[in-house]
Amino acid sequence: MTDSTAVRMQDITKTFGPVKANDRVTLDIRYGEILSLLGENGSGKTTLMNMLAGIYYPDSGYIYVDGKEVTITSPHDAYALGIGMIHQHFKLIDVFTAAENIILGLKGSRASYDLNEVSDKVKAICDRYGFDIDPRQKVYDMSVAQKQTLEIVKILYRGANILILDEPTAVLTPQETEKLFTILKNMRRDGKAIVLITHKLNEVLALSDRVTILRKGKYISTIPTPVATEQSLTEMMVGEKVTLDIERPEPVNTVKRLEVSHLTVYNEDGVKALDDVSFSAYSGEILGIAGISGCGQRELLEAIAGLQPIQDGASIEYDDPDGTIRQLVGASPRQIRSYGVHLSFVPEDRLGMGLVASMGMTENMMLKDYDKGRSPFLNRREPQELADTIRHELDVQTPDLDTPVRKLSGGNVQKVLVGREIAASPTVLMTAYAVRGLDISKSYTIYHLLNEQKEKGVAVLYVGEDLDVLLALSDKILVLCNGRANGLLDARKVTKEEVGRRMTSISEQKEAAA
Amino acid sequence: MSGRYEEKKVQAKEPLIRIVKNDEMPVWKVWGIRILSVVLGMLVSALFINGITHLDPLAVYKSMFNGAFGTSNRIWVTLKDMSLLLCIAVGLAPAFKMRFWNIGAEGQVLIGGLVSAALMIHADGSMPNGLLLVLMALCAIAAGAIWGLIPAIFKAKYRTNETLFTLMMNYIALQLVEFYVDIWDKKQSHSVGIINAKTHAGWMPSLFGQPYLLNILIVLALTVVMYFYLRNAKQGYEITVVGESENTARYAGISVSRVMKRTMLLSGAICGLAGFLEVSGVSHTISSLTAGGRGFTAIIVAWLAKFNSLGMILITALLSFLSRGANQIASDFNFNKYASNILIGILLFFILGSEFFINYKLIFRHKEKEGQTL
Repeated sequence: MTDSTAVRMQDITKTFGPVKANDRVTLDIRYGEILSLLGENGSGKTTLMNMLAGIYYPDSGYIYVDGKEVTITSPHDAYALGIGMIHQHFKLIDVFTAAENIILGLKGSRASYDLNEVSDKVKAICDRYGFDIDPRQKVYDMSVAQKQTLEIVKILYRGANILILDEPTAVLTPQETEKLFTILKNMRRDGKAIVLITHKLNEVLALSDRVTILRKGKYISTIPTPVATEQSLTEMMVGEKVTLDIERPEPVNTVKRLEVSHLTVYNEDGVKALDDVSFSAYSGEILGIAGISGCGQRELLEAIAGLQPIQDGASIEYDDPDGTIRQLVGASPRQIRSYGVHLSFVPEDRLGMGLVASMGMTENMMLKDYDKGRSPFLNRREPQELADTIRHELDVQTPDLDTPVRKLSGGNVQKVLVGREIAASPTVLMTAYAVRGLDISKSYTIYHLLNEQKEKGVAVLYVGEDLDVLLALSDKILVLCNGRANGLLDARKVTKEEVGRRMTSISEQKEAAA
Repeated sequence: MSGRYEEKKVQAKEPLIRIVKNDEMPVWKVWGIRILSVVLGMLVSALFINGITHLDPLAVYKSMFNGAFGTSNRIWVTLKDMSLLLCIAVGLAPAFKMRFWNIGAEGQVLIGGLVSAALMIHADGSMPNGLLLVLMALCAIAAGAIWGLIPAIFKAKYRTNETLFTLMMNYIALQLVEFYVDIWDKKQSHSVGIINAKTHAGWMPSLFGQPYLLNILIVLALTVVMYFYLRNAKQGYEITVVGESENTARYAGISVSRVMKRTMLLSGAICGLAGFLEVSGVSHTISSLTAGGRGFTAIIVAWLAKFNSLGMILITALLSFLSRGANQIASDFNFNKYASNILIGILLFFILGSEFFINYKLIFRHKEKEGQTL
């Protein structure tokens, strides 16, 4: 241990039932340094840091802060040691102001309920590191980036010197990411110890001083960032050689399959989620849909699938390969199916919409056609055969076909869902965040499946969050900005910066770019 | 050395007990824990009996068993109790499986019983007994179904809270019963008395000399049918999907409001039938106590059985045994009724508490850890 060592975690083990989430992991966090904690989803990064933040308690192992062995059993203990974590899902109260959120839960000497005094202190923190927040603003009026800023300020206000950020850039645009990185560098200069949990290699290389790699709960290595390369980091992360190129076959025989025009949708809260959106999707093409999360992507796909009430004046025309044209506005999912439209949909909420979490693979296979046939009873034989096929073809890891799918890992859940939707031989395939939570090799399996569907002549709609992937996989990109279509771009020509710009501000020369 | 040990302990103290979620446990272990919990419960009850009343616990347990199974007549009464409770729990099963919290079984039973009693009183002698019984059953089913359907319609249409709504429907049924008891009460005794005591019109007939056997068989058949309905029927599948996630149901093309209304129609109908079984098969009268709190006890049964109607047989058997046994020890030992309720409480507490040890495990601070650091 050197003098600058802030935290040493030694031989930390944490199990969840049969799963070893962390297996004798050791790592050092130093003041004045940014440490990247790199690993695939499920490699135990967040679990490890949650033990530092007082969310979990290790089964065995030692934690030293400033050279002393400590026990952290609650977030309060962590705060007392100067450790603060910014979680992926923000822990903020929507109806409170920024200042109220900051003092929420404070006890003892730090507690002050004089909001003016709090505001002054918040302002001092903001000026020091370059944040920009208004203490009197309500959280529900804030953008995702502002909420994240608030979380960081909240932790600094509590006097944290050791900051852990869990995948902070997942919800940010490229521009907002730049801003966050500047702030993190300011904090490093100020002597704070910073841990960045991530699986994005470019962030590791751009920002951190050292990088610690975890794989399947095990500690692999810690190396100084200057000697690391994308290829070497990937290999340590995945454990084998992988190619990082996404194929993009040239579209052939493209025919218009879906024409959406003047689509306006109000969501459950009465907020305009989609505002006069028009576009077309073609067979044999992947249409990428980009946007900051919550900008109408979900409503767009659900509206097409017949799950959202649509405002008058809209039209969703489906051009069947046999030549008939169907109007989908106003049709329920069952009606859409009865038209003979093979519309497959992999929704964002896999276990809350696409699958029944408490049912096994077999019963999930029949979700969309359990009612076929005249018998009042279920036919389990065909779904079981399908489940068996998918299990083998996509290599789904499950004890048996009746194990509730909620017990499967994220990647396997996704394979079950994507497998079922592809098995329905769709003509239109819509996917929302299809690789969220999947590790690199499983993500490539999904990209490959989507490309296969594209080559079969399916019109694929791909809602994604990783711009690099969107640009590499799609043929065209539709950018959504606050529910409005902000350009339909050629994915082979457009730059990442251009897409990022359109995600945040409505373009004036919309026509010229389209 | 020991000084350092002390210092360490103060700085780094592992919590004494931690609670961790358990994974699947082998079946033998699950049942082992459950049986152990019954034994422990009986031991603690024995301490209570001995400490407070200075009675011999074994004699008390024996009397308890006697009360439930001592004579063939007592066995039939226990089985009758069980069948009435089971019928209501089976009625709740589809609603609860759909995550529709039907707290209104009490009212659905009462309204079914009220309609049955009304037919017994007004149709006495106007038709053959068999026809009267069928008519009573059908009307009770219809009345219970309506009582179940109304909250479902409001929930489907206006997203009203079904717990409050079904609960309020109970009071309407209760007041209606009170109202008609007053009308039918001829002796100013605030009760209807035994209806058709002479003609036995509308009384459930005895089977093989057993007055309750028909009731029991009807309920058992219903239980088995419900099991297969929820497990193998398309409608049962729809109920599970709607209960799991309304979004998934909509995604699958299931009409949530239609399933909700249909299922509550069914749930209320079975509870209405339970009211008919009670009035026609058991009490031959109607009062505000006809449902006797079973509509609420059945909620506990449904949850304990995890909405599996076959499992409900076991739970209702246990509860009926306990309550019959409690009555017996109360009379045998001149116990205050509350004392025997305490015994039941202790037993239930242990049985229910055992589920915690099936789902979670406790990890105690391990001593050897500090030993290793030194």
